[in-house]
Amino acid sequence: MAKITPYPDEKTLEIAPVIAPDATLASVTDKIGGIVLRRGTTLGWILGFAFFFLMLQLLGIGVTYLLFKGTGIWGLNIPIGWGFAIVNFVWWIGIGHAGTLISAILLLLNQSWRNSINRFAEAMTIFAVCCAGMFPIIHMGRSWIAYWLFPYPNTMAIWPQFRSPLAWDVFAVSTYFTISLVFWYVGLIPDFASLRDSAKNKWQRILFACLCLGWRGSAFHWARYEKASLLLAGLSTPLVLSVHSVISFDFSISILPGWHTTIFPPYFVAGAVYDGFAMVLTLMIPVRKFYGLEGFITERHINNMAKVMLATGLIVAYGYGMEAFFSLVYANDHLEKFTMQNRMFGPYGFTYWLLIATNIAIPQLLWIYKIRNNLVYLWLISMVINVGMWLERFVIVITSLTRDFVPSSWGTYWPTLWDWVIYLGTIGLFMTLIFLFIRVLPMITMFELRVIAPKKTVKEPVA
Amino acid sequence: MSEHSDNPQAGNLPTVDADAAAIRKRLEGRTGRDYWRSLDEIAETPGFEDFLHREFPRQASEWNDGDGDGRRDFLKLMGASLALAGLGACTRQPTEYMMPYVTQPEDVYPGKPLFFASAITQGGYATGVLVESNDGRPTKIEGNPQHPASLGSTDAFTQGSVLNVYDPDRSQTINFLGEIRSYSSFLTGFKDIVAEQIGKQGAGLRILTETVTSPTVDAQMKDLLTQYPSAKWIQWDPIGIGRREGTKLAFGSYANPVYKFDAADVVLALDADFFISGPGAVRYSRDFMSKRRIREGSGSMNRLYVVECTPSSTGAKADHRWPLKPSEVEPFARELAAAIGGSAVAGGTWSTRPWFVSLVKDLQAHRGTGIVIAGENQSAEVHALAFAINESLENLGKTVVFTEPVEASPDNQLARLKELCSDLDSGTVDVLMILGGNPVFNAPADLDFAKKMQKARLRIRLGMHDDETSQYCQWQIPQAHELEMWGDARAFDGTVTLLQPLIVPLYGGKSPSELLAALTETPEKTGYDALRDYWQKQHTGTDFEAWWRRSVHDGMVADSALPAKSMSGAKTPTASSRQPVGPDTFEVSFYPDPYIYDGRYANNGWLQELPRPMTKLTWDNAALMSIATAERLKLWSEARVELKHGDKTVWASVWVQPGQPDETIAVHMGFGRTRSGRAGNGAGFNAYQIWTSDSTTYASGVSLRDLHQKYSIAATQHHYLIDREHGPHKDAAHQAFPADADFETAEASLRGIVRSVPLEEFQKNPNAVAELGEQPPKGLTIYPDVWKYKGYAWAMAIDLTACTGCNACVAACQAENNIAVVGKKQVLNTREMHWIRVDRYWEGSVENPTAHFQPVPCMHCENAPCEVVCPVAATVHDQEGLNTMVYNRCVGTRYCSNNCPYKVRRFNFFLYSDYVTETTKLQKNPDVSVRSRGVMEKCTYCTQRIQYAKIMSEREERRIIDGEIVTACEAACPTQAIVFGDQNDPNSRVTKWKKTDLNYGMLADLNTRPRTTYLAEIRNPNPEISALEKKS
Repeated sequence: MAKITPYPDEKTLEIAPVIAPDATLASVTDKIGGIVLRRGTTLGWILGFAFFFLMLQLLGIGVTYLLFKGTGIWGLNIPIGWGFAIVNFVWWIGIGHAGTLISAILLLLNQSWRNSINRFAEAMTIFAVCCAGMFPIIHMGRSWIAYWLFPYPNTMAIWPQFRSPLAWDVFAVSTYFTISLVFWYVGLIPDFASLRDSAKNKWQRILFACLCLGWRGSAFHWARYEKASLLLAGLSTPLVLSVHSVISFDFSISILPGWHTTIFPPYFVAGAVYDGFAMVLTLMIPVRKFYGLEGFITERHINNMAKVMLATGLIVAYGYGMEAFFSLVYANDHLEKFTMQNRMFGPYGFTYWLLIATNIAIPQLLWIYKIRNNLVYLWLISMVINVGMWLERFVIVITSLTRDFVPSSWGTYWPTLWDWVIYLGTIGLFMTLIFLFIRVLPMITMFELRVIAPKKTVKEPVA
Repeated sequence: MSEHSDNPQAGNLPTVDADAAAIRKRLEGRTGRDYWRSLDEIAETPGFEDFLHREFPRQASEWNDGDGDGRRDFLKLMGASLALAGLGACTRQPTEYMMPYVTQPEDVYPGKPLFFASAITQGGYATGVLVESNDGRPTKIEGNPQHPASLGSTDAFTQGSVLNVYDPDRSQTINFLGEIRSYSSFLTGFKDIVAEQIGKQGAGLRILTETVTSPTVDAQMKDLLTQYPSAKWIQWDPIGIGRREGTKLAFGSYANPVYKFDAADVVLALDADFFISGPGAVRYSRDFMSKRRIREGSGSMNRLYVVECTPSSTGAKADHRWPLKPSEVEPFARELAAAIGGSAVAGGTWSTRPWFVSLVKDLQAHRGTGIVIAGENQSAEVHALAFAINESLENLGKTVVFTEPVEASPDNQLARLKELCSDLDSGTVDVLMILGGNPVFNAPADLDFAKKMQKARLRIRLGMHDDETSQYCQWQIPQAHELEMWGDARAFDGTVTLLQPLIVPLYGGKSPSELLAALTETPEKTGYDALRDYWQKQHTGTDFEAWWRRSVHDGMVADSALPAKSMSGAKTPTASSRQPVGPDTFEVSFYPDPYIYDGRYANNGWLQELPRPMTKLTWDNAALMSIATAERLKLWSEARVELKHGDKTVWASVWVQPGQPDETIAVHMGFGRTRSGRAGNGAGFNAYQIWTSDSTTYASGVSLRDLHQKYSIAATQHHYLIDREHGPHKDAAHQAFPADADFETAEASLRGIVRSVPLEEFQKNPNAVAELGEQPPKGLTIYPDVWKYKGYAWAMAIDLTACTGCNACVAACQAENNIAVVGKKQVLNTREMHWIRVDRYWEGSVENPTAHFQPVPCMHCENAPCEVVCPVAATVHDQEGLNTMVYNRCVGTRYCSNNCPYKVRRFNFFLYSDYVTETTKLQKNPDVSVRSRGVMEKCTYCTQRIQYAKIMSEREERRIIDGEIVTACEAACPTQAIVFGDQNDPNSRVTKWKKTDLNYGMLADLNTRPRTTYLAEIRNPNPEISALEKKS
C-alpha cells in the first residue's frame, strides 16, 4: 500500500510566493503609493492614455449620432432585434465578474494570494459594469425614457412589468454596481489614509484626507473594517452568481430556440468568471511589467489565475457540449435541433467554430506548465479568451435570431460601422478609466500586502 | 374653428380689399417671371401704395416728418416700446369665440367619416369604390359592394390610388414652356388655334388619350370629330393589346368577353394571370374562389390548369402548372384546339404527352362548364385560339359570355399609334393633345415617339405629373385625380360607373372631359355639367333628378351592364410567323407590373414597396430567369446585365426565379421612370426600351451581356435563393433537403406552418390537416386560465385555399393604419413595416415548383410571448383578447419582436413616418396614431374599427352583429379569404370557419393559442396526372 502523502504544501512544490521575499512594510507603501504620489507622469502612460482617450471619443460620436438618428444606424432589423449592443452588454458584464469573485469569494475562502490583485480586479469590475450598463440604455429605441424601467411613483400609476427579465436586469446590474462600488471604496479607505500620511502635496493631502473618512488606524477602525468587509463580501458572493444568471434569463426566459435553455445560468456564470480572469490577466501582465510590480504580483498569482481560467473554461466547454447534446440528440425537438445545426453549419457557422477554437481548443494549452508560466503566451491566450467569450455572446444572440420559427422571416445581420464605433468606444472608455485608476489610486491593496509581508513562508523564489 | 385675430398693431397693414377677379385679370395680363408680394400689390390698390411708403408703418412716418419733434417722438416711442415690450407677456389675450355650426350640415359630424361612391379606373375599366372621407379628405378606399367589378373588394392598385391624390410630386401648376400660367390664359391662347383648326376641319388636330370607356368622353370626342372631321382620335394603352385584338381576329368584330368563373368547373389559363391583371380581376378572383370552398356544405372544387411563361399568382394556385416558353404558347393553344376538335396535329409536341391527354379529357368532360382564358398580354392569335377552344367545348354563352365592347370606340391602338407617328413625320400635325397616359415612356421603342411628337407644332399635355411626356410638351396642364373629378367609366361587364369628386382638385387639375371642352364653343364647361348633360340626354324621363341622385349615390347606373351577345364561329387564325432566332439568345416575355402596372403608379411608395406576389421584390423589376439558365450563364441574382433586342438595349438586373422556363427571361414593365417623382425615379429598369411594336407579347432573339456589376435588389423574402454561398444546395445544415427548391418550405412544412392537402386525401381523412402538426390540449399551461373572455373574443381565420397572394390586404392595411414607407435601402435590411405580409413558399422541384401563400398578420395569441418580456408593459392583452400595443409606453427594447415566433412586429428603427410632406399628411387616418421613431408597432386587428362598432352598438344597446366589424385586410380581400369576428358568438362566420377540419393554428404547438388561425390549403389535382407525376 502506498504511503499516504499529506496534502503538499508550498515548500515541497516550490511554488512562487505571493509576495517577493524582500518586501517590507515600508517598501510596499513606497512602491505602490509612489505610483500615485509621484510628480509627473511617464511618457508611456501619457501615450497609452492619449490613445485610449481618443478611442473614447468614438463613444461620444457614436452615441450622439445614435441618439440623433435612431437605432437604425446599427445593423439591426426584423428578425434580428438585438445585435452588438446586447452582445457587448453581456460581454462587459462578464468581464466585471472577476473583481467580485476575487474580492468576495476568495476572501471568504481565505485565499490570501488574492490580496495583490483584488483592488485592480475590482476597479476593472466597476469600469466594465459602467461600459456594460450603458448598452441596455442606448440600445433602446427611445433611450430618453429608459427610466421607465425603474419602479418609481408616477402620475401614470404604472409599474415596470416585473415578468420581464429586462426589468430584473435593472435590479441585478444596479445592485451589482452599487455593491461593487461600495466594496471597492471601503477597501480603499485604509490606503487613502496611508496616502494622506505620505503625501507631500497639500491638495493631495486634503483630497486623500476627505476620501479616507478620518481613518486613523485605531483598533476599533480595524475591527469595524474587517466586519464591514466580511459583510460586503457576504453580500457580493450571491451577486457573483446572480447577476449573470439574471442576464442569462434575458435569453432563457424567451421562447426562441437557442435562447430557451435551462443550462444558461451556470454556463453564463462560468463564462463570466472565465472571461473576467482573462481580462485581469490581459491588463495585469503589462501593468506588472511597466510598473515593476513583479514583487507583489508574483508568478504565483499569474499561475493561479491561469488555473482558474482553465477550470472555468472547462465548465464552459461542458456547457457547450451539453447544449449541443441536448439540442441535437436528447431533446428530440425539431426546432432545437435545427437551431443547433444552423449554429454549426449555417451562414454564421464560422463564428461557432471560431468560438470553439478560441474558447475551448486554444485555452487547453494552459495545461502545459511552461505555457502557463510564460507571460507572453499567457497574455496571448487571455486575449484569445476575451475574443472567444465575445464570440460566444455573438453566436448565442445573433444566430438564434437569424433563423427562428417562421422560415419566411429569416434574416441576416451584419454589423455596420456604427456598431463597431460604439463597441470600440466602450473599450476606449474602459481603458481610459483603467489608466486614470493606475495613476490616481493605489492599484494594489497596500495594507493587505503589509499584513502578509511578514508572513512570507517560502524558501526561495522560483527563477 | 377659431380665427386668431391679428396683432392689433397690424391695424395699419393694408386690408385686402382688392377683389379676386381684378387680381386674376391683372395676373393674366402678365407674362414671364413676375414676382409679386401680396394680392394688393397686383391689384395696385391705394392701400398698398400707402403701405409701401410706410415700410415701418407708424414710426417711419414720424422719422420723416419735416419738423424736428418727429425724431424725438420717434426716440420716445422706441424707448417706450422697449420698456413695455416685456409687459406683453402679461397681457390677457382678447377673448375669442369658437364658431360652432348653427345648423350642422346633414350627416357631417366631426370625427365621423363619410363614404362616397366613386370609381378607380385602370386601362379605362372601372372598379366601383366607396371612398372614406374624413373632414373632407379622402383617406381610404373600400370596394363598392353593389358594384359588379368589386362586390366590396378591391385590388392593390385601388388601395394605393388614394395616395396618388396626395403625391407631393404631382404637377401643380399650368406650365407653358416652364412658366406658370392660368387656365384662362391657356384658353385665350387656344382660341386662335381652335379657330385655325375649324378652318382646316381639324386636319392638323390629333388627340391622344388612354383607352376610353367613358360614355361622356366618348360622346364629347364624337361631337368633336363631327366638328373637326379631319381630326384624329388615337387611344393608347400598352397593356391589353392582344386582349382587344383577339375578339376581332376570332369573330371579325370587337367584343367584350366576360368570364363566368362561378359557373366553371375546369379552367385552363394560357399565360393568364387573371387573379391580378386584366379587367374584372377582382371579380374573377372572387368568382373563381367561390367554387373552391369545401366548407359550409360544399365538398366539390373546381380545377385550375395553368401553362405560363413566368410564375404568376394564378400559376401558384393552379392544381397543375406547366412552364412554357413564350414561343410555345401559341403552338400549344393550336395543338389543344386541334385535340379538342378531335383532329390530331401532325408532329405535335404535346399531343403525345400523357398529361396533355388527361388535360384534354378533363376539359372535354366539362363541356359548358369550363373556361379557357388567354392572358392579357398574350397575342391576339392565342386569344382567338382560346375562343375557338371555348367554342368547341360549348362554353360560349355559358361560361364565356360576350357583350358589345366596353371600350367606347375600340380600335387597333397599335396601328393607330403608328399612323399618328407617320402623320407626325409627314408634318401634318399642328396640334397634338395628349390627355393622360405617358406615351413617351410607354410607346413601343421602335416608334421613337419622343422624337416624332416634337414635330407637332403645338403639344398640349394633360398629366398628373410633369413626366416623360410633359417634358416635350409646351403646355403642361395638371390632370385631376379620379377622386377629384366628375366622370364616368364602364366596368368589365359594361356597368356604367360614376366618378364623383371627394375633394376640390388640390392643384386645380382638369379632367380630360374639361380639357376637351376647350375645343368646343363652351370652353369652360365643367366636368360635372358635361357628365350631367350627357346623362340627361340618355335618361330623358321626368324622373331624371331622382334617377341621377340614385346613380351618383350608388356610384353606378343601375342595370347598365351590357347585354350578352351571342357570338360564334371563332376562326382559328393562321400560325403567326416569328423570325427564327440565333443561338445563345433568349425569349423575353413582357408583363405589366403587378403593382405599378404600366408605370403609372411608379411614384406611389405603397405600391413600390409592396412585395410582388411571386418574386417578393420591392422597388425594382428584374430579368427573371431559371436557376439552370443562370448557372449556365454563370450569373446569379443581383447581377447586372445588358439585354439587347435588335438595336435596342437596356440594362437589367437578374433575379433567379424558380419555375421560370429555361432559356427565357420575363420582365415587368413600368419601372425605370425618369420623371415620375421621388419614389419612382431610378427604381428598376425601363423594359419598354426593348419593347417593340412587333413583339408586344414577347421578344425573341434577345442577347444578354454580363456587365460584371452587382445591383442590390430589395426582396422581402429571398434568403436562400439569392445567395449563392448559402443557396439551397450549399447550406450544409440542410443537406437533408437537397432536392427542394427552397428549404424554407421544407422547414415550414416540417413545422406545420403552411399546410396543404390534396382534396382526395382530405376527403378520405378529415384529420389530415390536424395531423400535420401538434396542438397542445387547452389545459396544458402552468398558469390557470383566469380570464374567461366572457364578452367579445375577437378572432380571425384565413383561408389559404382562397389566398391568391395578391397583396391587396397589405396595401389596404398600409392605407388604413398609416404605415410608413421605408424605401429600398431599409427593405434591403429587412426593415419593411407591413403589419400583414403574405409569405410565399415554394414546394417541389426548382424547375416547376408549387407555390403556397400565407398571409401573416398578428396572431393575437392568448398566451402572447411578446407580452411577458416587455419591461414596461407597453404590449398588453385587453379584455377581449386583443394583443394591444401602447406606442406611448414603448421604450423600444425590441425584446417583444425577438420573442414573437411569427415575427409580425415591426420597429421604427428610424423616423420612418413622414412628418415633413404636407400633402401626405392629409391622407392619414385620423383614428390611428402615426408612430414615431423608436417604437414597436404591429397589427391591431384594426382596433379603431372595433372601437367604432362598439360605440355604435353600445349606443343602440345591442351586441355587435357578425360582420359589422370588417378589418381593412378582410374588406380588401378579393377572394374573401379573411374573416374576422367574435369567436364567442356560435353563429359568427369566424366560429364556423374555425370549427372545420381545415382549421389549424400556426405554431400552435408552442401553446401560444393564436386567435388568428388558418384553414389549410386544399388543392384539387387531377388524379390521373398526379398518378403520372408520381410514376415519374
